[in-house]
Amino acid sequence: MASPIIKKYIREGTLPHIWCGGCGHGIIMRNLAVAIENLGIDRDKVCLVSGIGCSSRIAGYMDFNTLHTTHGRAVAFATGVKVANPDMTVIVAAGDGDISAIGGNHLIHAARRNIDLTVIVMNNDIYGMTGGQFSPTTPMGDLATTAPYGNVDRPFDIAKLSVGAGATYAAKGSAYHVKDTTKFIQEGIAHKGFAIIDCVSSCPTYYGRKNKKGGAVEMMELQKKNFVPERLLERLEPEWIEEYDKTIRAMKGGK
Amino acid sequence: MSKKLIIKEDWCKGCAICVAFCPKKVLDIKKEKATIVNEEACIYCSLCEIRCPDYAIYIEGGK
Ligand SMILES: Cc1ncc(C[n+]2csc(CCOP(=O)(O)OP(=O)(O)O)c2C)c(N)n1
Repeated sequence: MASPIIKKYIREGTLPHIWCGGCGHGIIMRNLAVAIENLGIDRDKVCLVSGIGCSSRIAGYMDFNTLHTTHGRAVAFATGVKVANPDMTVIVAAGDGDISAIGGNHLIHAARRNIDLTVIVMNNDIYGMTGGQFSPTTPMGDLATTAPYGNVDRPFDIAKLSVGAGATYAAKGSAYHVKDTTKFIQEGIAHKGFAIIDCVSSCPTYYGRKNKKGGAVEMMELQKKNFVPERLLERLEPEWIEEYDKTIRAMKGGK
Repeated sequence: MSKKLIIKEDWCKGCAICVAFCPKKVLDIKKEKATIVNEEACIYCSLCEIRCPDYAIYIEGGK
């Protein structure tokens, strides 16, 4: 027994998921299901690729073609899937560490190429899976197991970073702002080119507790109070698969 | 078919997000699980359903 959207898009027998009580990742996963439902895309024409992290467990739960790959490399695997299957809707779901620390280079170069992928970042400002080390999005001054006296690094703004690198769709959502975030995910998937939706998630277990941000409810309330969903960019530019294809055709004598 | 509020207890982790964001105070936490305490007040707005990270609460039926 589950709601129709969950029954349709989540693999039977995999729930309850491993995410902690109040973790925003579950809300973002549901948003993705709703976005696909609204777009009316056949599930068999979707490939969801993830790396490693709490967030990356999404590939085990969602009933699409799924690939659970290695830490930081989801975008590289997704690039391969898209090149081999240009008609497939290829989506990457990643944590902030996965996409912007170990996977940062894959991110910027996929954005630069403007390859038709959609990246959904489940951004909880921390390495959740490994116990709360700071990530490239941990705000300055905040506490993490690897920054017991406060983080001295300045954080990345992943959406802006991607725009700087060449992404042609970028938006910021949050676990709290369900409707806006779902709409952004929908737009990102429909967009031809590299799309990124950086979603504020929440980790009450590590980040919240370490930084005295309260529990699940308080962290949601902070998102409600402090965060404004925003579409940064939507622009059409030459897409990599199409450009590559043109070259191949030209080399074959223009056929 | 009339609408009904359903809680799937074995998926609920008791985070209380549904309780906090219910505009009609329909829900509460009892024994670490979300519980319906005032169903008559429910307006079936679905805010609990779309915010539940565990899909443990949802509206069934109706259109
Ligand atoms: C090559 C490699 N380096 C390090 C790790 C350890 N590791 C596993 S998950 C993770 C980071 C998880 O954080 P994030 O990507 O933000 O996702 P979250 O768990 O917060 O959802 C790390 C460093 C690994 N699995 N592989």
